[in-house]
Amino acid sequence: MKQHYRLAVIGAGPAGLAAATTAAEQGVEVAVFDEQAAPGGQIYRAMESIPQHRARQLGDEYQRGRELVSAFRASGAKYFPETQVWSLNARREIGLLQQGQARAVTADQILIASGAIERPVPFPGWTLPGVMNAGAGQILFKAHGIVPDDGVVLAGSGPLLLLLAWQYLHAGVGVKALLDVTPMMNHLYALPRLPRALLAGHYLTKGLRYKRDLKRAGISTLHNVRGLRAQGKETLQAVSFLHNGREQSLETAALLVHFGVIPHAQLSRVAGCRHVWDDSQLCWQPHLDEWGRTSIDGILIAGDGGGIGGARTAEHSGRVAAFQALYALGALDRTARQRLARIDRKWMREESHIRPFLEAFFRISDDMLQVADDDTLVCRCEEVSAGQIRTAVADGHRDSNQVKFLTRCGMGLCQGRQCGEAVSHIVAAASGQAIQDIGHYRERPPVNPLTLGQLAGLHSEQTE
Amino acid sequence: MKADVLIVGGGLMGFSTALHLAMRDTRCIVLDKDSPGRHASGVNAGGLRQLNRHPAEIPLSVVAAGMWHHISDLVDADCDTRFPGQVRVAENETDLQSLEKRAALLRSLGYQHEEMIGPDELYRLVPALAPHCTGALICRSDGYGRPFHALDAFRCKARALGVHYRSDTRVDGVVQEGDEWRVNTVQGEFRASVLVNCAGAWANHIAAMLGEPVPLKPGAPMIMVTERLPHFIDPVLGAAGRKLSFKQMQNGTLLIGGAHMAELDLVQECTEINWHKLALSARSVMTLFPQLKDVRIVRSWAGLEAFMPDNIPVIGASVTASNAYHAFGFSAHGFQLSPVVGRILSQLILDGTSELPIDSFRIDRFADNRS
Amino acid sequence: MFKRLDNSAHNRVNVTINGQPVQVPEGETVAAAVLTHGLPYTRTTPESGAPRAPFCLMGVCFECLMVIDGKANQRACMTQVREGMHIECQQGVGEPLP
Repeated sequence: MKQHYRLAVIGAGPAGLAAATTAAEQGVEVAVFDEQAAPGGQIYRAMESIPQHRARQLGDEYQRGRELVSAFRASGAKYFPETQVWSLNARREIGLLQQGQARAVTADQILIASGAIERPVPFPGWTLPGVMNAGAGQILFKAHGIVPDDGVVLAGSGPLLLLLAWQYLHAGVGVKALLDVTPMMNHLYALPRLPRALLAGHYLTKGLRYKRDLKRAGISTLHNVRGLRAQGKETLQAVSFLHNGREQSLETAALLVHFGVIPHAQLSRVAGCRHVWDDSQLCWQPHLDEWGRTSIDGILIAGDGGGIGGARTAEHSGRVAAFQALYALGALDRTARQRLARIDRKWMREESHIRPFLEAFFRISDDMLQVADDDTLVCRCEEVSAGQIRTAVADGHRDSNQVKFLTRCGMGLCQGRQCGEAVSHIVAAASGQAIQDIGHYRERPPVNPLTLGQLAGLHSEQTE
Repeated sequence: MKADVLIVGGGLMGFSTALHLAMRDTRCIVLDKDSPGRHASGVNAGGLRQLNRHPAEIPLSVVAAGMWHHISDLVDADCDTRFPGQVRVAENETDLQSLEKRAALLRSLGYQHEEMIGPDELYRLVPALAPHCTGALICRSDGYGRPFHALDAFRCKARALGVHYRSDTRVDGVVQEGDEWRVNTVQGEFRASVLVNCAGAWANHIAAMLGEPVPLKPGAPMIMVTERLPHFIDPVLGAAGRKLSFKQMQNGTLLIGGAHMAELDLVQECTEINWHKLALSARSVMTLFPQLKDVRIVRSWAGLEAFMPDNIPVIGASVTASNAYHAFGFSAHGFQLSPVVGRILSQLILDGTSELPIDSFRIDRFADNRS
Repeated sequence: MFKRLDNSAHNRVNVTINGQPVQVPEGETVAAAVLTHGLPYTRTTPESGAPRAPFCLMGVCFECLMVIDGKANQRACMTQVREGMHIECQQGVGEPLP
């Protein structure tokens, strides 16, 4: 690994792979740092190792990753797997950890492509062993061919939930029920956005096809579910909920939940990029221009880390950002940048038509976002409840950071990844402020585990 | 809005002053450009240290220590204080000699709270320490607290006694008209008979408004906190030959500081961790506690502090204006002094004198009074 | 709670889970291995001693902390199994340091 690269890409999911391939094919030296052992990110995880039959069970979209990964492998981009990034600053210094060795590397242009995480929505009992993210189920399936043994309940809202149910169906996994918490009102709310969504109609037809397959297979889907609650003594034993005014309960030892995805903004925040609240996507996003440039010179973002758009959009945005980086490096002139990026930008516009509809249709209720139940833990790491947060607000602590200082919410090992969004929602509601004014936790490095021994051994030219 | 005393700065010094004034029935208002304890007061290492203070600070520090030991009497909360003592270890002959010199100085000044201990006592107190240390200077009544919780306790008690407070209220200008101060802020005008400057890293703005700028330099010392560990060390630890402050909190996390500075942009109010310097802190820890090599650093940060060239604060009356007072420039060691500083300021304001010697801290002690 | 769809011959490695010898397919993460093994929980929390288990499986929730080869606070989902690995549930903050 060198001390300096012209272009560094952080993340080997669709955005990072497409960007690095593009840059390398244009003859610019690019280094890709990724924490996994193989390329693909989360969406195309295990692409190189997955057996064919399992890949087929995952659906057509997954197969797209194969072309991306092979193009990347052939491109000549310098690939550093199992490399964690623990720091990034405005001077484009990247703190890395590779094989237990800490390093500081710089780059002229940096593309952050660290993707998305599932939106963490606390609900009663969500910390019980047996409750996991739907994405976790997908990772077990993709990477290891592991599935729930005893039947599983899926709950939440969003296309990923539907996809997982469909994937499980084809893998022979018993899905006891799909509890859809999408509020009925969303149908109305989303209607005005439907015409535009039809321009990207293939998404809609795919979704309808999944639903049809599930129905035909007799998988019970309950709509407009409320009051989701995971129950059990020390592990999950049952899920209870309200449906059509009736309280119901399902026995299960496995509950997979999904409430949408949000940018994994740890790195963009720690670097100091400006973020804005997007009320349609219900998340904080780095402020980007059409080329993926952030508020910090030389730092770009592509893919879901810049705003949720899905895997295809991620690819296109990766290429667009790569062209921008190449232009900034002097490897392309303005006209070339425009010309080369035209097709990807066109595809991004086409892909974007579905978003407003999906965002409105699958919008999580305020009730859930604000964690109505006081006893529900919001900060899993430090075990801080929604009630404690509301008490802090009542006592005069009016933004996320003050609440954090007082309650320790967000100070645990995950450094706010699982509680930050919820805290913003709760504090905004409890204090009667707009969520933009509440802000989010200030991110501080290291954003990934770094030990005292590793820091002590920090390898770089500058040691004093 | 009019009060008897208007205090600029909602950190510990500001709220301690407001509290002590309110305890003597004085109407106060505290203004801060951010939220309470947003800067140094909220994010410092929490050390309650008499050990190794500048001689001018010692009388104040000793009284403050007594106040911290009974802090619930003052603010109705214990601020999570603990007093396992603090040691400053010697790793070689040079260190030992400098510590012994220090111990002798304190004795000559009539103080008993710093004593030399040999290796037997040191390793009895800190069995986890690497075996090469030759002795230490100890203050057995030292300890630590949780700064933000302390700040919150001072704020709540002050509020209970009638102190008003405004956030997001930056002071843009002050004008004295007769015996009244008119303070212009982004939220409008405030008036008071007395003005107090507890504005931390921005105190020089206020001092300059009073015509007495000082050579204050803002700085951002870096701190790291680790994951939780089983309890293995009681006293707070420093080292004679290193920049290091090391303590294990009640919840098991380690707080590691050491006066290595982050990059600082005061205008943007942002700090940037300098990893190469922080690596030096990590190396110090490795030398003294090699068994911690796999302990994970969870977070690092740097709070904005005000440093004075002689490393001691400015405390006292303005020399250019009447009815104006200062308490700032605590150079990254103000937390422990905060209860007594508030009391001193209240005495200056209400009685005209302080019961403790503060002449060394006067604002006009700097050569040409320029920043 | 979880099972492998395909139990045919993989390269397997020998590990111990809470002292019990287990064979696990090479390439699996520790989290996948312990979930398939049927551990009801993988750690208890320092604050309240509550049982927890893997949640996100992608390294962002830090729930799956286990003691791996004697080191506490290791993310099981980010660690691949290796021959001879010792995997244990973590109780609170783990064992005192040497």
